[in-house]
Amino acid sequence: MISVHEPIDSGGMLHPELRAEHDPNSIMRDGRRLDHAEGTSKPLRVLPEPQPRGAKVRGNRPVDQQEAAGRFIAAPEHEKMHDERLWDLRQKRDREMHGIAEWEELRSLASAIKEHTLTHLDKYLDQFETNARANGIHVHWARDAAEHNQIVHGILRDHGAKSLIKSKSMLTEECGFRAYMASVGIEVTETDLGERIQQLDNEDPSHVVVPAVHKLRTDVAELFSRTIGTDPDNTDVHYLAEAQREATRPLILDADAGMTGANFVVAETGTFVVCTNEGNADLSANVPKLHIASIGIEKILPRMEHLAVFIRLLSRSALGSPMTQYTSHFRGPRDGGEMHVVLVDNGRSERLGLEEFWTSLKCIRCGACMNTCPVYRRGGGLSYGATYSGPIGLIIDPTFNKRKYSNLPYASSLNGSCTNVCPVKINIHEQIYAWRRVLVEEHEVPLAKKVAMKAAGVLLSRPMAYRAAIAAADTALAHLPRFIIYNGLNAWGKHREVPHAPKQTFHSWYHANRGGKP
Amino acid sequence: MSSRDDILASIRANLPRVDRSLPDVPLFDADPPVSLLSAFKENLHRMGGMFLDPPSSGDILVPIRIIIAGAKIVCSTVPEIAGNRDIAGVDASRDLADVDFAIVRASFAVAETGSLLLTDADLHVNAVAYLAQHLIVLLDPTDIVVNLHHAYRRPDFRDRHYASFHSGPSATADIEGVLIHGAQGVRSLSVLPVARATDDPITQ
Ligand code: SF4
Repeated sequence: MISVHEPIDSGGMLHPELRAEHDPNSIMRDGRRLDHAEGTSKPLRVLPEPQPRGAKVRGNRPVDQQEAAGRFIAAPEHEKMHDERLWDLRQKRDREMHGIAEWEELRSLASAIKEHTLTHLDKYLDQFETNARANGIHVHWARDAAEHNQIVHGILRDHGAKSLIKSKSMLTEECGFRAYMASVGIEVTETDLGERIQQLDNEDPSHVVVPAVHKLRTDVAELFSRTIGTDPDNTDVHYLAEAQREATRPLILDADAGMTGANFVVAETGTFVVCTNEGNADLSANVPKLHIASIGIEKILPRMEHLAVFIRLLSRSALGSPMTQYTSHFRGPRDGGEMHVVLVDNGRSERLGLEEFWTSLKCIRCGACMNTCPVYRRGGGLSYGATYSGPIGLIIDPTFNKRKYSNLPYASSLNGSCTNVCPVKINIHEQIYAWRRVLVEEHEVPLAKKVAMKAAGVLLSRPMAYRAAIAAADTALAHLPRFIIYNGLNAWGKHREVPHAPKQTFHSWYHANRGGKP
Repeated sequence: MSSRDDILASIRANLPRVDRSLPDVPLFDADPPVSLLSAFKENLHRMGGMFLDPPSSGDILVPIRIIIAGAKIVCSTVPEIAGNRDIAGVDASRDLADVDFAIVRASFAVAETGSLLLTDADLHVNAVAYLAQHLIVLLDPTDIVVNLHHAYRRPDFRDRHYASFHSGPSATADIEGVLIHGAQGVRSLSVLPVARATDDPITQ
C-alpha cells in the first residue's frame, strides 16, 4: 500500500466540498487509486451528525416516504455523502459502459434472455431441479415467505443446527427470515460488513448492494462500540472493518450451518451462482458442512453461455467495477457436505400474470436504478419503508401490498434515467407511471396525488414536451427536475432549494455521448 | 397439491402470452488484446490483485519464496512449492483458520476481468482460499482466455461441483466507500506466471 498526494479533480461531483484532499488510506496500483468493488473514485469526507432514521411503518397504513425523506434531507452531512457516493457509483458505471463496445448489445441480449426464460419459466425450473438433484443437491419449493422460513428451520432442526452464518440476500429480507429464526431460537449472523452493520443496528438494508450506504463512519463507530466493543472515539474505517472481521470470524468457524442467496441459476447444469466482494458468502458456503441457498424462482437462465452476458453486466452496472471479487458457481455439495436449495415464489408467479408489470421480474438487483435516481439519492433507502427501495422498489413493492405502498410510485420525477441505466432494459419509469394509474383506479391514492398525476400524465403522454420541460427548467439528472419539485403539487419541493444549476439534461447528455436515438 | 406443483401450476396459469425466442450469444472476440497476459495483469491490478513478475533467470519461484519467508503456516496444494500444512490431513475446513498463506494453481484466467478460476480440484478444501490470510496463485500463461464468453465454454463449469472466479482479494467499501482489502476473506492475492509442470491439467 503506497500513499501519494493525488491531484484534485472535482469534476463530476455533486458536492465538491466533500472531496478530501489527502487520503493516506488510498490503495494504489500502477500509480492509480483503486476504486474497484464499491470503493469511491475519490476520497470523501463529511462531518459527524446523528443518523436520521427511516420511515415510520405502522402496520398496513400507507408509508409516508416524503416524511422520512424530509428527515434525511434535514441531515445535510448524511444526505450529501449519500448523494455523492451513489452518484459516484453511477459515474463509475458509465466509465465501464464506455469501455465495452458491445454494451448496448449485451443489454439487449440480457433483456431477451430474461424474457424468453420468464415466458418458459416452468420448463427451466423443472430442468434445473432435475439437474441439481442429479448432482446431489436437495431441492425444496416454497410458495411464500412463511413456507420458506419453515423449510429452512426444518433443515436446521434435522441437523441439530443452532447457529447459522449467512451472506446478504434480498430474498431473505423479503421473507422476514432473521426475525423468524430469532423466534425459534436459531442464532443468525450476517457476514457481509454492510449487512452486519444493519443487523446490529436493527435496521433493514437501505440499498440492495450497499446496505449501509446511508450511514457515516461516525454512526458505525458508535454502533460498534455498543455492540462489538470497539473504541467509541476511533472512527477510522480500516479499524472498524478490521474489528468486524475479527469479531465475526469465530462465529463463522463455529457455525452449524451456512446460508447464501443466489444471483443466477443455470438450468442446463443445475448450478447456482453467487456474486460477492467480501469472501463472506464463500466462507458461509464452504466452512460449515451444511449449505442452504434461498433462491427466487425468477433467477433462472437457460445455459452457461447466457450467464456470461449477465456476469459482464452485473458488477459494472452495480458498482462500476468490472467484476465482483468473487463469482462462485455451486453445482453440488463438496465431499462430506450437504447442499439444499429452496426455490421461492412469494408472489412471483402471480406477478408474471400482470401484463404491464411482469417484466419487472427481469431485475437482477444491481441497484443501478437506485444510484441514478435523484429522489433515492436525496431521500435515502430507508425512507421507502419497504424491502425494495428506489425505482425498482416502486414497481415491485405494490405487488406485495397495494395499500401500504400506495405512496411509493409518487417517489419519482419520472425522468427515465432508471430505465436508461437498467442492464436488463426494464421500462421502469413507465411502470411507475402505470402503477399510479392502477392505484388510482383501485382507490388507493389520495386526492392531491391524483391531481399531481394528471399534470405529470399530460406531460408524459407527450414525450417531446416532457423533455423540453426538463431542459427548459435548466435541470439535469443529477438533481430533481425543478418543475416537478416546485409545481406545488409535489411535497419534494418543501424541503430546500436544489443545490445548484447543472449543465445538461439526461437526454441531451445521452444524445451527445451515446449518439443513439434521443 | 405439493408446493412444487402449486408453484408450477401458478406459473403456467400466469405465463405471458408472448413469443420470445432465446437469442444466441456471440463470443465478442473480434478485437482481442495484443497480449492476453498483459491485459490480464492490468485488469488484475485494477481489481486489487498483484502480478508477480518472474525473474528472468534462475529459480522462477523466488518471488513466492520471498513473500512467504517470514510466514508461520503455509498451505500449498501445488507440487512446485512445499508448505508446512498438509491439506490432505485436513478434516474440517475450520482447521485451516490459522493459515497465513495458501498457494494454489488456477484452472485458467480471464484477461477481460483479471479473474482466476479456482475449482474444488484446485483447492482440495474449498475454504482454504478464504480462510487463509493471503492467497498466492500459480497461473500457466497459456491458460488465459480473452473474455467471459470464452470462459463459460470451459468444461470446469460442467465437471466441478465448485468453481469460483477470484478477481483480486476480498474487498469491502461498505463504510463511506473507503476501499479495504481483507473484508472476510484473503487480504491479498498474488499471481505468479508458472507453466504447468506436466501435461496433466489437474495437480491431484
Ligand atoms: S430494475 Fe434494472 S437497474 Fe434496477 S436493480 Fe433491477 S436490474 Fe438493476
